[in-house]
Amino acid sequence: MAYVAIADRDAPIHDPHTFFLKYIWSQDHKVIAIQYAIVAISVGLVALVLSGLMRLQLGFPGTFHFIEPQDYYQFITMHGMIMVIYLLTALFLGGFGNYLIPLMCGARDMVFPYMNMLSFWVYLLAVLVLMASFFVPGGPTGAGWTLYPPQAITQGTPGAGLGIILMLISLGIFIVAFTMGGLNYVTTVLQARCRGMTLMRMPLSVWGIFMATILGLLAFPALLVSAVMMTLDSTLGTSFFMPAVMSLGEKLGHNGGSPLLFQHLFWFFGHPEVYIVALPAFGIVSDLLSTHARKNIFGYRMMVWAIIAIGGLSFVVWAHHMYVSGMNPYFGFFFATTTLIIAIPTAIKVYNWVLTLWKGDIHLTVPMMFAIGFIFTFIHGGLTGLFLGNVTVDLPLSDTYFVVAHFHMVMGVSPILVVFGAIYHWFPKITGRMWNQKLGMVHFWMTFLGTYAIYLPMHYLGILGVPRRYYALGNTDFIPDSVHSINAAITISALIVAAAQLVFLFNMIMSLRKGEKAPPNPWRATTLEWQTPDTPPKHGNWGPKLPVVHRWAYDYSVPGAKEDFIPQNEPVDPKLGAGRDHGTHR
Amino acid sequence: MSNTVIFTALASGVIVWFLIASRLTAKSWESQDEKGDVGAIHTAPERIGLWIFMAVVTSLFSLFISAYAMRMHVGAWCHITIPNILWVNSLVLVAASIAMQRARWAADHGSRSGARAALVMGGMLSVAFLAGQLVAWQQVGPSVYFISGSPAIAFFYVLSAAHGLHLIGGLWVLGRTVSRFAAGAELVDLRLSLQLCSVYWHFLLLVWLVVFGVLLYL
Repeated sequence: MAYVAIADRDAPIHDPHTFFLKYIWSQDHKVIAIQYAIVAISVGLVALVLSGLMRLQLGFPGTFHFIEPQDYYQFITMHGMIMVIYLLTALFLGGFGNYLIPLMCGARDMVFPYMNMLSFWVYLLAVLVLMASFFVPGGPTGAGWTLYPPQAITQGTPGAGLGIILMLISLGIFIVAFTMGGLNYVTTVLQARCRGMTLMRMPLSVWGIFMATILGLLAFPALLVSAVMMTLDSTLGTSFFMPAVMSLGEKLGHNGGSPLLFQHLFWFFGHPEVYIVALPAFGIVSDLLSTHARKNIFGYRMMVWAIIAIGGLSFVVWAHHMYVSGMNPYFGFFFATTTLIIAIPTAIKVYNWVLTLWKGDIHLTVPMMFAIGFIFTFIHGGLTGLFLGNVTVDLPLSDTYFVVAHFHMVMGVSPILVVFGAIYHWFPKITGRMWNQKLGMVHFWMTFLGTYAIYLPMHYLGILGVPRRYYALGNTDFIPDSVHSINAAITISALIVAAAQLVFLFNMIMSLRKGEKAPPNPWRATTLEWQTPDTPPKHGNWGPKLPVVHRWAYDYSVPGAKEDFIPQNEPVDPKLGAGRDHGTHR
Repeated sequence: MSNTVIFTALASGVIVWFLIASRLTAKSWESQDEKGDVGAIHTAPERIGLWIFMAVVTSLFSLFISAYAMRMHVGAWCHITIPNILWVNSLVLVAASIAMQRARWAADHGSRSGARAALVMGGMLSVAFLAGQLVAWQQVGPSVYFISGSPAIAFFYVLSAAHGLHLIGGLWVLGRTVSRFAAGAELVDLRLSLQLCSVYWHFLLLVWLVVFGVLLYL
């Protein structure tokens, strides 16, 4: 191993000197985190452009002739897959996970730095393979992000040749990358915490990332299994998923395969995937709210247990994505029940966030605005989830814009708001520079109000019965004119939100170059990453001595304390104690 | 999918048990001492990493087998005729596993030459197993069956290939350990590698036996 990652060893720290080893072929978790983040955000911008193109078609059908129906399906598919896997999963775990776990746990690095580095490069390879599918004959796959067979690999679907193969290969490569990273994150949390950092003193960000990684490690194999078998169906003509099909007047060679089997496997991965994205967001938002409200997180233990319960339950709800698939209807009852049960720990978390704000000394900083914005969008998306979790409500709504509105609220907007909040929050530590607050606020309000303007009307479209996945609605009796006006308005909002992201990028670049120099702990936070000797932290994070933790991560506004926060590594003052046991009410 | 759910339930049970055992009930805002869980658990990270990796591989094979079990009830299915060589292969893999265990024991008893011999023997038996699997592939039927024959044959190819790839990964690590041996590394430094290799080999043996059992009896 190149340098020490284990808490209780005090060997010298290896320090790479060349530019190449320091910033490119680097084993430093912070550099790897930034590499992950840059690639994820770049590929996310591609997906954002694709969504803009889709919206142009939907808002102004017939105006943009360069968007053909097959292009539209390719945009949908690539937008969905990129956003869910290559942006959100990679950014939360590869980006924030990599940056925060060692720093928040008081470790020098991940326990397997070399494998961590490989994880990034393999991820980059997965992204490049996926991007390559834009340039192959037939273009990328247009099967929808769920890639359901038989249509995904049947002629007539865009990209049914090379496009889908590259997608499946890219997913396989991504899973290898994720497994290498995931082994690191879990082992580091279990093994490399510094002295005094008990599991129940870990910040909730680490808890969320930790649990999400465990989910990913157990769930991604389902995607791998389905990708391998679909690749074989497509290339060698096996019949795992492919039933006997007549295609363009010809009988294909497949016989007896089960498309439903694919759906089970896909959603056995796909539902935990929702929480792979949501749990890190839950954790990070808890820390943002607590820090910027200067108040301990309400119900820390309950928050941890809720994360664990959500993680466990997320494996037994997958078929609620399949109510209309033709599976045995008795399954519906079981999966509706488990789906509604998972609302309980989730609701506990929401209550605890709100109660954390209650009577707090709320500082409306940019990260705090995004965190509060998240509570709104998440409650909104969560409530529509209760609708869709019930079979009888889901059946009529399943193929409408209601579902699009629901999952974008809960899985698109909510985690992205947390991503922004987290970037604004940790940017000073990562770069040593402060943001321009005013531009940050502009970015927040444009994004927050803009996304509401996009997705709120979509619920209405869904209730009207407007079908999703359609390239153009045409003249259908049950679709009133107002739908077309709403679609145009949604498109304009979407373009405004996209433009707002340019403000974010501009602000980031300007702050990097000319931003005010950041103090080591600008938010006066308690967690370890703000207590490093250098800002940004140097290779090895802690200088010669590792920190020792004496308290939990949420000692804010302790009565009698000098300041309104006590860092985790500050020894316990016998006169003051460690917090609540002194009968304080905070 | 039911066995996958059972596996997941078991895995979650183990995780929850572990977390409870790690004092998840602690009231962290009150605790001032540093007794008990003070940070890192006292196990080599490589060992934890291997166990987590084995959980991932278990998940992978459980899902493959779930898919097998679901697919066989759908249609156009007939069972595979098991080539006899698979029995021999299974015995070879058992022998490889025993050899790895002997390498570990020899290292524990300080016998350098014994450890090296057993390790090389384990590696060679594993290569023999892989060669035997290739012969089995040939015997199962001409490759055209892969396409038009029963999906059971396709599943056999996929499951044995997935298992074989994991074994090849193990052989790569084994090769590194052998080269460290050759470079004169101390036996004490190699003990962890030998332990982990033997655990991984036992695990892959178990996976193979389950896969073989599924092909035979399910």
